[in-house]
Amino acid sequence: MAKHQTPMLDELTKGPWPSFVDDVKAEAARRAENKDGIEFQIPADVCEDLLGVLELSYKDKETHWKHGGIVGVFGYGGGVIGRYSDVPKQYPGIAHFHTVRVAQPGGKFYTTEHLRALMDIWDLRGSGLTNMHGSTGDIVFLGTFTEQLEEIFYDITHKLNNDLGGSGSNLRTPADCMGMSRCEYACYDTMALCYALTQEYQDELHRPAFPYKFKFKFDGCPNGCVAALARSDLSFVGTWKGPIRIDQKAVAGYVGGELKPNAGAHASRDWGKFDIQKEVIDLCPTKCMSYDGKTLSIDDKECYRCMHCINTMPAALRVGEEKGVAILAGAKAPILDGAQMSSLLVPFMKVEEPFDEVKELVENIWEWWMEEGKNRERLGETLKRLGFQKILEVTGVQADARHVQHPRENPYIFWKEDEVGGWKRDIQEYRKRHAR
Amino acid sequence: MAFISSGYNPDKPMEGRISDIGPRHYTDFLPPVIKKNYGKWLYHEILEPGVLMHKAESGDEVYTVRVGTARLMSVGLIREVCDIADKHCGGYVRWTTRNNIEFMVDSKDKVAPLKADLSGRKFTGGSLKFPIGGTGASVPNIVHTQGWVHCHTPATDASGPVKVIMDELFEEFQTMELPASLRLAVACCLNMCGACHCSDIAVVGIHRKPPIIDHEVLENICEIPLAVSACPTAAIRPSKTEFEGKEKKTVAIKEDRCMFCGNCYTMCAALPLADGESDGCAIMVGGKVSNRISNPKFSKVVVAYVPNEPPRWPTLVKTIRTIVDAYKKGANKYERLGDWAERIGWERFFDVTGLEFSQHLIDDFRDPAYYTWRQSTNFKW
Repeated sequence: MAKHQTPMLDELTKGPWPSFVDDVKAEAARRAENKDGIEFQIPADVCEDLLGVLELSYKDKETHWKHGGIVGVFGYGGGVIGRYSDVPKQYPGIAHFHTVRVAQPGGKFYTTEHLRALMDIWDLRGSGLTNMHGSTGDIVFLGTFTEQLEEIFYDITHKLNNDLGGSGSNLRTPADCMGMSRCEYACYDTMALCYALTQEYQDELHRPAFPYKFKFKFDGCPNGCVAALARSDLSFVGTWKGPIRIDQKAVAGYVGGELKPNAGAHASRDWGKFDIQKEVIDLCPTKCMSYDGKTLSIDDKECYRCMHCINTMPAALRVGEEKGVAILAGAKAPILDGAQMSSLLVPFMKVEEPFDEVKELVENIWEWWMEEGKNRERLGETLKRLGFQKILEVTGVQADARHVQHPRENPYIFWKEDEVGGWKRDIQEYRKRHAR
Repeated sequence: MAFISSGYNPDKPMEGRISDIGPRHYTDFLPPVIKKNYGKWLYHEILEPGVLMHKAESGDEVYTVRVGTARLMSVGLIREVCDIADKHCGGYVRWTTRNNIEFMVDSKDKVAPLKADLSGRKFTGGSLKFPIGGTGASVPNIVHTQGWVHCHTPATDASGPVKVIMDELFEEFQTMELPASLRLAVACCLNMCGACHCSDIAVVGIHRKPPIIDHEVLENICEIPLAVSACPTAAIRPSKTEFEGKEKKTVAIKEDRCMFCGNCYTMCAALPLADGESDGCAIMVGGKVSNRISNPKFSKVVVAYVPNEPPRWPTLVKTIRTIVDAYKKGANKYERLGDWAERIGWERFFDVTGLEFSQHLIDDFRDPAYYTWRQSTNFKW
């Protein structure tokens, strides 16, 4: 017999998509049975109580979680999100429900050995529920009591050689696409750069010293599988210079129908025979391609590397050989001043270990933003408030037509004093030429 | 239950302490075929919905079976994932950015048994534990936030709406019939932890009533200047009030200036704004993050409000189905939802979807609003 009746949540066990309600119930049953005799360190009925409070939210249509509260581990200012129930008497198992952000490995690859070891810790000391993964990318251990936090941290560091992620006004846990590990499009080693910066900036990740959160994300190519452009304060997007590599034989393979366009992505519907003119040449946004019935030609100077042709004929076209990264700054979700997309800052940078050029750029930006940024102001908002020229100034990046969609539409230009031969003028000299 | 110590000594917290070591190095976790061919991949194919093949310069192939998950996963279920990965994949597994799981094998003959194993696993209620799909021109898993399961500011739930939307779009997850990938996201409030502001279809929890002021405790639990400066529309000012015969420092709110963002509540717990009857969701469409063909773009609000209707959110689901069907019918091959809407024009988008255009869909928030108004006679009837 379930501890709480959950008639509304039970409706969510229907349908084909994986039911989190069934999963939480199964976890509740597993903990109740406890066939391995685990001495659970928080109430064994935590899952029942979570379902109970969620059912109450379904009835009230309001959350029953209170505002955070200061909890964490000694010496860190991030990594743990404090959470308390506002109905602890009815659901004592979830009176505290703090979550722990655990640093995820690059590309979110795991050995089962590591994953099982993480689960053993969470079985013993937490709710047995996780998010795989949180929106920023961390493994999220979902719900434990305050007295377990140091114990969990100790276990993760000592037993697993792993660490907590970031929360609060910190560098948030950087996240990457799988890059070179299993993708032919990767224009730089996303996993190597992500790992190197994560290690370099552990202090910034764990101790809040910023005006607000700061996110790095690493996309290997302009397809943007981790959405770096949309959701990171500093977005690293792989790109290249020089010609797209063409295998004309494979082009013929697509035209002839032996190879499936877009790697087979449209296979469930009959879109008709592949038409290279209509599907590639005409859709090219810069119209830099042509096909004469035998040979595909690309005017690479006019290509802006959107990836469409490469995505459509991946066996025939490959990204250019001179690879690197474009760095963009300032993306964020709407709170507070509206959503922002990242803006292009560095059009192209070669990135190789030890990544000193990237680190210099990062540190110059931080130094400026920590000085000028207001409380709870994301980098993108500081940029908007103080102007793009400021970030060029602090990073030493030269202004370039690539920085804009089009030049400014107003002539209110902030000329500097040294650009106009000084601002001080003598009124007497002026009056010699102009009567009062 | 007896307390079990990990070895941590609260009297000497620095003793033996390890900190700032970061995540494990990714090379510890790469399957051998991935490690061997790192950076040397030639091309890939989607063999069938949910199954990928990547070919390396060495001639090696890696086959990937992608499955959806509910994101909220139990220890028991993750151990089951480990069992499957041990049995079929040499003990390696990975998650995608959209909370799918990818099981990888190094030869084609290992795919069918893996698929059979995954497809056969079901929850008690009959839903699939590991549905295969989410590749190519499909609806991949929905990125989402915490909702009522864990968050203190949500205006709606997240796990529940995701479950019912994916039930509705299950065929679109398991097949590749759409003009292009259709990415959905659910954020339970405007903070958008899931960053769904650039999704093809985004569901965003919204509040519609100004905060309730808890005068009794406000001065004790809030920094009043922070609460005041938290408001992006300057609707909050410091004030005083009498509560049970005592003068209290508090705030006053100009209610018609409130845009219900909840930022003040984040800064001050004495300003809650959740309301069961008036909270709900907005639906946004047409965003994308890829640079493919057209530039990345933000999602646009096309439905200003759908009420919260737990447990299965029927109006929300029906509205999303309507949008998906219109897109499926009208868009060209390779055309993302936002590109389709721009090609036919937004006025036509409302025609073909049958969604009602109301004044709430006209932007009135600061400068960006102006850039969304039409300064042209180039409109369609």
